[in-house]
Amino acid sequence: MPFMPVKFNLQKRVKLAQGLWMLYWFSVIAGILIFSLGIFFKIELRKRSEMMDDNESHLVPNLLILAGMLACGFNAFGGKVCHDSLDPMKFSKWKPMLKTYLQLCCGFNILLVLVSLLCFLMQFSVYLTLAEGLSYAIRFYKDTDTPGRCFMKRTLDMTQIEFRCCGNNNFRDWFEVQWISNRYLDMSNDVVKDRVLSNVEGKYLMDSVPFSCCNPGSPRPCIQHHLTNNSAHYDYDHRTEELNIWTRGCREALFSYYSSLMSSIGVLVLFTIVLESVDMAGLKYLSTALETMSEPENPECESEGWLLEKGVKETFSDLLTKLKTLGRTNQVEGGDAPETPAAFASI
Amino acid sequence: MLLKMKFTQQRRVRLAQGLWLMSWLAVMCGAFIFCLGVYLKTELLRRAEVMDNTEIHVVPNILMMVGLASIGTNWVATRVCQDSLDASRFPRWKVLLLVWFAVAALLCCLLISVVVLSYALQGRLEESLKVGLRNGIRFYKDTDVPGRCFQKETIDHLQMEFRCCGNNNFKDWFEVQWVSTRYLDFTSKDVKDRIRSNVDGRYLLDGVPFSCCNPASPRPCLQYHLTDNNAHYNYDYQSEELNLYSRGCRQALTDYYMELMNSTGPGVLSVILIQMSVLVSLRYLQTAVEAATALENPEGESEGYLLEKGVKETFQDVKAKVLDIVKFAQVDPSATEESPGAADAVKPADNTTEKAVSPTPSPAS
Repeated sequence: MPFMPVKFNLQKRVKLAQGLWMLYWFSVIAGILIFSLGIFFKIELRKRSEMMDDNESHLVPNLLILAGMLACGFNAFGGKVCHDSLDPMKFSKWKPMLKTYLQLCCGFNILLVLVSLLCFLMQFSVYLTLAEGLSYAIRFYKDTDTPGRCFMKRTLDMTQIEFRCCGNNNFRDWFEVQWISNRYLDMSNDVVKDRVLSNVEGKYLMDSVPFSCCNPGSPRPCIQHHLTNNSAHYDYDHRTEELNIWTRGCREALFSYYSSLMSSIGVLVLFTIVLESVDMAGLKYLSTALETMSEPENPECESEGWLLEKGVKETFSDLLTKLKTLGRTNQVEGGDAPETPAAFASI
Repeated sequence: MLLKMKFTQQRRVRLAQGLWLMSWLAVMCGAFIFCLGVYLKTELLRRAEVMDNTEIHVVPNILMMVGLASIGTNWVATRVCQDSLDASRFPRWKVLLLVWFAVAALLCCLLISVVVLSYALQGRLEESLKVGLRNGIRFYKDTDVPGRCFQKETIDHLQMEFRCCGNNNFKDWFEVQWVSTRYLDFTSKDVKDRIRSNVDGRYLLDGVPFSCCNPASPRPCLQYHLTDNNAHYNYDYQSEELNLYSRGCRQALTDYYMELMNSTGPGVLSVILIQMSVLVSLRYLQTAVEAATALENPEGESEGYLLEKGVKETFQDVKAKVLDIVKFAQVDPSATEESPGAADAVKPADNTTEKAVSPTPSPAS
């Protein structure tokens, strides 16, 4: 007894073929979208690779690019099959490939499920990479004359301006690192000397932040230096001051950006999976409906289409049997195993 | 006849089909022109706070108006093309087509004027930005004055986005008090001295807002005591180029808007070409179809042309018609000098003559 059988007349078959053709082209568009988003995501990761200590994983964007290309190919082929399905001559040449094609589509759907899962699961990895990368970036902010780190300051400043954030967790992260290069410190100055000597590691630390931490929304000109010293500024209290500099850390800001991007892509991939499944089911119905026509010479005749030739249980047990058979053929006989290499050579 | 061409039935059909396609393309172009106008208008409105006047808005306004009109006129052209091969439906367009040609020609003229204005108004735009930015910088500190609360934020965002500083350059900030009195400690000797030393009692300093800082600079940004080399280690303000943005915001904004307008130029010119093609093709189609109808053989060969007479004769005809209209509209100078009473007395006589001149309508009509 076939699983989910449906009766088809000519009009229904034509309608199904036309609808499927449209759906396949929608899937092609979805594939293009996935491919484009994969490239966009890859570029976004590359753009801020310095913020991630060049340690970010490109697995998700690479898989998205691959999935997008495959989706375009598979669905364009499916569209062509649907287009030719109402011409018996043209359809006959596609018939032998359909089983393989549907199996490949199943495999592709599994890949898409994996990609969508990775879109949600890899967010944690991005979070950790950002946390580590940003702490390095802040530490190397001052090294504008060190090869390989020349643009670290610029990148970090642009990130803080663009994402309206300051430091790794918050602006206090800048108090824990020396972010002014020794090249611009006057070591003959007593204040500088005292500050350097008072630190165990000989670092020049201060309660200041770079200009890129300043918030344009603040009504007063930006206060960057002596942030924790209320008496250094008129009408100022660092505990209640919220608008002067960005309060959000860059790890949180960047993570929220990347996670929203990955979640959106994940949702799109899930939608594509649904679309692909509908396409597969439709094509299976169409192919079986065309194969089971009572009078193939008469296009007007009725036919029956189904999803599975037998029930779900029987199909599953058949599949298991086939897999077991495959397993047996691949097994090595027990008696042959201990033989010496010489015995094989004589064969 | 000017530029006459022979048309067979097949050529007329081809022309109608091609023109139908081109008219739809022109509709798309109209939509593109409208969107271009909306985008330009939005960009100008976004920076309205740093502009003194809105003269430059004439460019996007014309673009939007022409865009909408172009969509309408070219849609009409598609309808004409559809009806052109139906002898019963085409004659009804005859009167309307004259108006259509006038409107289409006007649209082309307006589009050309947009291209010209884009270049011509550069000076006005620059002047508007100069005054607007000067006021913006002057009111930067007034964050608690209603109507100017967001001036500081606007200027800061502007300087960061366009990588510029001040009106002409960063020195513009030295000439205004950009720190609000609310944040100045008048008990401080330094503040008091600085205010007393100024004629207008303003607190001026050789400093700039943080938004002038250039992230590409290798050293942390120096914002205060910019002209004092001794205030900073290893610093010479005459040779320092990377610390702050050196370009003024007037220059940056003018460049941005002119680039925007210049890049729309080729787009607008290509739309003019398409519109002209539609205009010329529709004229050929109209004259060819009318000639075929006049021959009472819709299948036969006919002649299409652009103007019934030469350019010179057509121009003279138009001139004569315009002069006639002007003469008709003129008032007799002697009549104006007469008293109001005399004028009233003339009125009934005028009415009677009018009635006499107008022919009596026949019962059949």
